[in-house]
Amino acid sequence: MPMDQVAAHGHDDHDHKPGFFTRWFFSTNHKDIGTLYLVFALIAGIVGYSLSGLIRLELAEPGIGPLTGLMEVLYGTTGQQAIEQAKSFYNVVITYHGLIMIFFMVMPALIGGFGNWFVPLMIGAPDMAFPRMNNISFWLTVVAFIIAMISFLVPGGNGVNGFGGGWVLYPPLSSTAGHAGPSMDLLILSLHTAGIASILGAINFIVTILNMRAPGMTLHKMPLFAWSMLVTAVLLLLALPVLAGALTMLLTDRNFGSQFFDPSGGGDPIMFQHLFWFFGHPEVYIMILPAFGIISHIVSTFSKKPIFGYLGMAYAMVSIGAIGFIVWAHHMYTVGMPSDMKAYFVAATMVIAVPTGIKIFSWIATMWGGSIDFSVPMVWAIGFIFLFTLGGVTGVVLANAGIDHALHDTYYVVAHFHYVLSLGAVFGLFAGWYYWYEKMFGLKYNKFIGYMHFWVMFAASNLIFFPQHFLGLNGMPRRYVDYPEAFELWNYVSSMGYALSMVATLLFFFGMIESVIRRRKAEANPWGEGATTLEWTLPSPPPFHQFNELPVVKTEGGH
Amino acid sequence: MRFVLAWISAALMTGSAFAQELVGQPTPGAIGFQPAATRIMERVNDFHNYLLWFIVPITVFVLALLIWVGVRYNKRANPVPRKFSHNTTIEVIWTAVPVIILVAIAGPSFSNLFYQENEPNLEAIAQSGDLDDPNIFVDAAKEGWITVKAEGMGNWAWTYYYMDELDADGYPIQYVSNGIHYGLPTDPEPTPEKPLYLATDYPMVIPVNRYIRYQTTSDRVIHSWTVPAFGVKTDAVPGRLNEGWFLVEETGVYYGQCSELCGKNHAFMPIEVRVVPQDQYDRWIEVMKTGDVDAATELVQVIDPIGEATRLASVE
Repeated sequence: MPMDQVAAHGHDDHDHKPGFFTRWFFSTNHKDIGTLYLVFALIAGIVGYSLSGLIRLELAEPGIGPLTGLMEVLYGTTGQQAIEQAKSFYNVVITYHGLIMIFFMVMPALIGGFGNWFVPLMIGAPDMAFPRMNNISFWLTVVAFIIAMISFLVPGGNGVNGFGGGWVLYPPLSSTAGHAGPSMDLLILSLHTAGIASILGAINFIVTILNMRAPGMTLHKMPLFAWSMLVTAVLLLLALPVLAGALTMLLTDRNFGSQFFDPSGGGDPIMFQHLFWFFGHPEVYIMILPAFGIISHIVSTFSKKPIFGYLGMAYAMVSIGAIGFIVWAHHMYTVGMPSDMKAYFVAATMVIAVPTGIKIFSWIATMWGGSIDFSVPMVWAIGFIFLFTLGGVTGVVLANAGIDHALHDTYYVVAHFHYVLSLGAVFGLFAGWYYWYEKMFGLKYNKFIGYMHFWVMFAASNLIFFPQHFLGLNGMPRRYVDYPEAFELWNYVSSMGYALSMVATLLFFFGMIESVIRRRKAEANPWGEGATTLEWTLPSPPPFHQFNELPVVKTEGGH
Repeated sequence: MRFVLAWISAALMTGSAFAQELVGQPTPGAIGFQPAATRIMERVNDFHNYLLWFIVPITVFVLALLIWVGVRYNKRANPVPRKFSHNTTIEVIWTAVPVIILVAIAGPSFSNLFYQENEPNLEAIAQSGDLDDPNIFVDAAKEGWITVKAEGMGNWAWTYYYMDELDADGYPIQYVSNGIHYGLPTDPEPTPEKPLYLATDYPMVIPVNRYIRYQTTSDRVIHSWTVPAFGVKTDAVPGRLNEGWFLVEETGVYYGQCSELCGKNHAFMPIEVRVVPQDQYDRWIEVMKTGDVDAATELVQVIDPIGEATRLASVE
């Protein structure tokens, strides 16, 4: 490790931090912006998580109950009118749950939070390439979230406030025909703003990673988390403009009389779905790839072994990203496509299982022969590997259009994508949180609480989502405010799982508060010999400005 | 308490391999597909069972490996880590084996897909006279197609059009099929004959053992027409006419629920299909042509046992 001495004298003279307001509101420091993103994602996550609580509360038993009561509180309506409003409100809840979790929780946390924090540290750069643009990215994300929240609170045109057409925003339900109110227009504005923020962030990451690596760190020596962020940023850069185009067409359809998606004017609602999913499928990889990067580091660190098949791992992510752009219509098997087109998307989709399999097996091979320390981040990472495998194999089932005709838009799909996202991306998120917490905040957390958090969360999320496979197979459609009584049992189990997950969430916050109160001083490298990336050569927390003299990576550096 | 009872009944049913599994609708506590009523769904079910032979062992295999490395290579059992980071043989294996597995999946997947998707050529089937192939139905093919169009309505109902059956004025028979439960206190009490959120006022009616060509479209927003027991699901998109086919092999009542988010009453626009013997269907059509939908629906409330003539025809 040649950089110890560099870091040691790099932080003594330049470490004066600006005052509170300047530091946190005008911040151009990648670590502060990373922290801001994490705090923001935490707040948005609480909102998104509460909305999922409303869903599970409503679905715990047959009958439209809890939401009706809520309507009485919110709108002062009673009886039949309250029930009618509850039905619409349910659709609003699922819509904002999805949008908030994707755009304002997972993406800001994994990309904005951990990406900003650790890409410069891992590649030995003093900061991101465009620090001010970094600031704009963050605050635009905040603006986007505020607009989304306003959109939640203004009339949707469906009898309640908020847009209730699902996160996929399909017209004509999202056109004036389906939701005439201003809510949808604000939502378009919100997603445009979030999209601009993400595109700017993506440019920043690409430029930083391509140009600011420490001397000697070739791309093929770069840590896998930086690789994952590079691929993610390229996906963002290519996918988001397509969403922006689709949203703009929707906006002009709604407000300026165009008819891109209106069949009465020769438009086509299915065209929106193609555009949306051309963005939407890469989007799911945008959410999971950073988690892949995090898991690789954790597995390698705690096995005390270099990552197995480093190049294969890096290029598996590249190929997952590339194939991610040519499989979008597998979300649309039932819209009425020619069978040959479906056959193509079946084949292309199944191909993704190969690089994904390489990643799973390489993680296991990294552990093989290692000396595994089952620390808190490691158990989260192992949990991730298993749950992601489970979500992956149901993805292979759904890839087959023939079966998807039976499962499309049922709870089986809900179970599948929550296994890869809620239990994949989010487990990756918590793994990264426990891996880098000391590094970021200079405090040790209580390990016992960390383990408790894991086991309760593991049990809870399986309890929530595994029974949803059964519901889907037996035919329960998704986005249903109420259901035939036959579906009662598994819905009840799923809602009980949610109740358990509230315990896990409390444990998470409890662990954080405990560490802040106890203020146990963190070490520079708490993980020992296995932690080989550059961030561990710096003190915890790292100095306000690091690597004033660039570290030099020797042949064995990186990976 | 209802939950506990449901749990026990579910456990009992699992024990008896779902002996009491309901046909055409979900079963309390069930963990698998609804029983198949068409060859399409039978094949979906078979293919899904085939896939389980891959996905369950793969998941168990990964779990076993994770447990094994945890036991064998934890820091107490293996204090000194090994340093290898490459093994070309194993990397080739874990790339090639998944490819082989995917090819093994793709074969039946494509044949299954094309069976569902490509409308059968009834003339060719009728001429083949092949009674042993479970995928084709020679007698039904001789009878030709029955075409029913389902139009998703803006007010959360389905309008059915019988394209070949013209009424006195020369228009195809058409009627609106509404759900009867809307989650409201004014809903009628659900009964086994009128299950909650599944029953409609005027069901779709088709004859058993006939090739049905169904078409879907919509007047305003996107809906999706589906019957799980048939293994079909097709979006109803405004400005488009989508098409599919199925052939139901058993009489009975089969339910489905709208499967594309369509607004407030998305959960309350069910699909009810009454599959009746040909002669009962013929009587229903005759009354429908007079415009008396109520009287016609009354005719199919009880599904006739398959008449001797019909049964012989289907066996023959």
